[in-house]
Amino acid sequence: MFASSQKDRPPGEMFVWFTSMGLAVGLLMIVGLLGFIVWNGVAVFWPKPVAEIRLKEGAPLFRGSASVMGVITKQQPIDVRNLTPEQIAHPDPLVRMEKQLFVGNRNIYGASYVYFNAGDIESVQYPEGVLNIERMEWGNALVFPIALELKDGTRIEASDPAFPGRFSEIMVEVNKRRAAITRIEKGKIGKINHRMRDLQLDERYLVRNKTLSPAQQADLEETRERIRQLQAAYEPLAAEALKMRERQNDHHLLFRLATGEERRQAMGDFVHHFWPNQMNTFHKIGQFLHHGKEFLIAYPREANTEGGIFPSLFGTVVMTLLMSLAVTPFGVLAAIYLREYAKQGPFVRAVRIAVNNLAGVPSIVFGIFGLGFFVYFMGGNIDRIFFPRNVELGVPTFGTGGVLWASLTLALMTVPVVIVSTEEALAAVSRGVRQGALACGASKWQTIQTLVLPASAPGILTGLILAMARGAGEVAPLILVGVVALAPSLPVDSIFPFIHLERKFMHLGFHIYDLGFQSPDSEAAMPMVFATTLVLILLVVVLNLGAILIRNHLKRKYMASAF
Amino acid sequence: MIMTAPMPEPTAKAETRDRVANPLPGRVEFNATKAVPDPSLRMDYIRVSNFNFFYDQTAQVLFDLNMDIPERQVTAFIGPSGCGKSTLLRNINRMNDLIDGVRHEGDILINGHSIYDPYLEVISLRKRIGMVFQKSNPFPKSIYENVIYSLRVAGRKKKSELDDTVERSLRGAALWGEVKDRLHDSAFSLSGGQMQRLCIARAIANRPEILLMDEPCSALDPIATGKIEELIHELKASYTIVIVTHNMQQAARVSDRTAFFYLGRLVEYDETQKVFMNPANPQTEAYVSGRFG
Repeated sequence: MFASSQKDRPPGEMFVWFTSMGLAVGLLMIVGLLGFIVWNGVAVFWPKPVAEIRLKEGAPLFRGSASVMGVITKQQPIDVRNLTPEQIAHPDPLVRMEKQLFVGNRNIYGASYVYFNAGDIESVQYPEGVLNIERMEWGNALVFPIALELKDGTRIEASDPAFPGRFSEIMVEVNKRRAAITRIEKGKIGKINHRMRDLQLDERYLVRNKTLSPAQQADLEETRERIRQLQAAYEPLAAEALKMRERQNDHHLLFRLATGEERRQAMGDFVHHFWPNQMNTFHKIGQFLHHGKEFLIAYPREANTEGGIFPSLFGTVVMTLLMSLAVTPFGVLAAIYLREYAKQGPFVRAVRIAVNNLAGVPSIVFGIFGLGFFVYFMGGNIDRIFFPRNVELGVPTFGTGGVLWASLTLALMTVPVVIVSTEEALAAVSRGVRQGALACGASKWQTIQTLVLPASAPGILTGLILAMARGAGEVAPLILVGVVALAPSLPVDSIFPFIHLERKFMHLGFHIYDLGFQSPDSEAAMPMVFATTLVLILLVVVLNLGAILIRNHLKRKYMASAF
Repeated sequence: MIMTAPMPEPTAKAETRDRVANPLPGRVEFNATKAVPDPSLRMDYIRVSNFNFFYDQTAQVLFDLNMDIPERQVTAFIGPSGCGKSTLLRNINRMNDLIDGVRHEGDILINGHSIYDPYLEVISLRKRIGMVFQKSNPFPKSIYENVIYSLRVAGRKKKSELDDTVERSLRGAALWGEVKDRLHDSAFSLSGGQMQRLCIARAIANRPEILLMDEPCSALDPIATGKIEELIHELKASYTIVIVTHNMQQAARVSDRTAFFYLGRLVEYDETQKVFMNPANPQTEAYVSGRFG
């Protein structure tokens, strides 16, 4: 039959199959990676029930107890090398499995995660009345509350129906007070410290001279006087903060661990709490949203492994925007010259190849260049010219890594992307439009400015999108030019001049590296790594979506004629 | 600037300088709408003199052209593809300068002044010469901004002047009635014929002296073509028009004089009626009668 003839197949058609396979494999990898990150990143915030596990008789006890409580995080086969011959020979495969348990209470147990052989587990229950408390230090606590001990000596038993309400009230109170303390310490005291540091540098600078002229002597006296004034302003604030801190310890919670130990902790140590085994879906969604929000807007605690990622998120956004501000004019101007003005020939071709190759240079090389050129050369010279006092005292201002230098380094790294896409966009502007403009008596520059550049704006933005996507996720060069694991202050704040381009900053990419590979308990930090990765990816998506929206708007505006 | 020099008196001297064409004072009407030209106008308003043009050192595309194009008349360039008619047209406002490696010999004079005068800025030359292209090329801007583009680049900002120019130019291009209510819409919202008329409006916004048209109707349907041809008749009163066309009927309909080019040479240049009805050269006759080309 006509249709079934195998020989009639057009030559080469079978290779179409390969192309579809290539696309399918690529899509599968991308979807798989994104799905993995999204699933794990979102799961971090979802409240999970807390299991109470009873161990079989004869199994190794946990802190002398056969009962242990925690969130079952995963079940996996035990490494063969760690199996005993009996376990290997055992007919039940469960014996060769182990469960990972998030037990919390790191200050008591020493580690947040504990493994149990699945074969040792007698029973798993989800008891009501378990309280999951997020604390300022030592991670979460999973406890059975016994009673609240208030300052006035009253004691509210956990069995009292008023207990959950009273507990929540006190939590609100301590959180409010903590925010007030932060306002005093970071805001008011921060401002004083900022000025104090400046004055102390002045003092050190003056004292460094063995003999002082009368004018210098007067200067020194005045500086010391101002330091004393600041000190006087500081003391009541510090006293106020201290008093508030003490009040954080007014109320205490008495609780029992699954192992039977009883403990007492000040309510001021607690940040947030929920009852993991008594939640309906709405409670869980509420807890999920609360946890997610806190993650985005809170400052990190405990070497970044707890709390939020706000400074990293903020630093990444500031750095990426600064980079975009720097890279766009650079790249566009270079591309205009290359495409519109330079005489096309071997030299321009060589420049173009060099620009393209620049995109393939390892990013750490850009980091080293940024360190040498921006930080040491430019920053050093700025310091020598504008901050000679600091240079003499060995306190660099711009001569050390900072968000400005990091942005410029990344701008340098991503400028080829912008140049290439701008050049393509310029080349795509029709000759008809250019000639029409020239025939109207426009100069070449006017033609470019009024018609060619607006028409190529969508293409330029495409380049910027690619540059931002690359720049926002880059870590290696940043380590050399200003990123830190924990920055004391944001690059933008309320202290004059409000934007502090010389400050070191935190970055989501570096945060991931720091959490995943530099933290003492990488197992405990893993959920945070996933969540931070998800935020970084979402941030890049959001930045790109913004650029894409602008681009589509421009495309509609400058849509080419239909024929 | 040279172009702003006062127009010389049309003298007998101008007539004697005429080398190629033979401007006849009493012309036979080939087209009923044509009027007898004003004797005060120059017959050699654009003078092409011993003009040779090369795309690079060796590829010569125009060979020793000599012709005079009269003021405020329509002159049509016809000829088969590649004969050099567009190249000559685009030399009049020096658009060919944009191409790398071009070279010319001889001269083109407008109103007696060389367009290659080293003291003449090419931009000021182009400001005095409007050009309409084969493919309509509206800018990705509003209709209003399209029309006043030449004023914008000249730095003119007065709102009333711009508004007046838009109305005058669009009326001049017979487009005002169709677009007056949507001047700030995108130019791309117009139809093909309207776009081409918009380009004509843009070309005349700056009150140029010369209007160059490079096959302005080749992408248009017969109705739009008819409108543009009508427009050319009206514009003739104010502008010197040079039109390149592949359409013999169009050349006969709109032009006062016709130049036939072949292989980079000017074969015949005369009154349109004479070129079409009684050509001196057998090649011309073969072309206009459709036997080759």
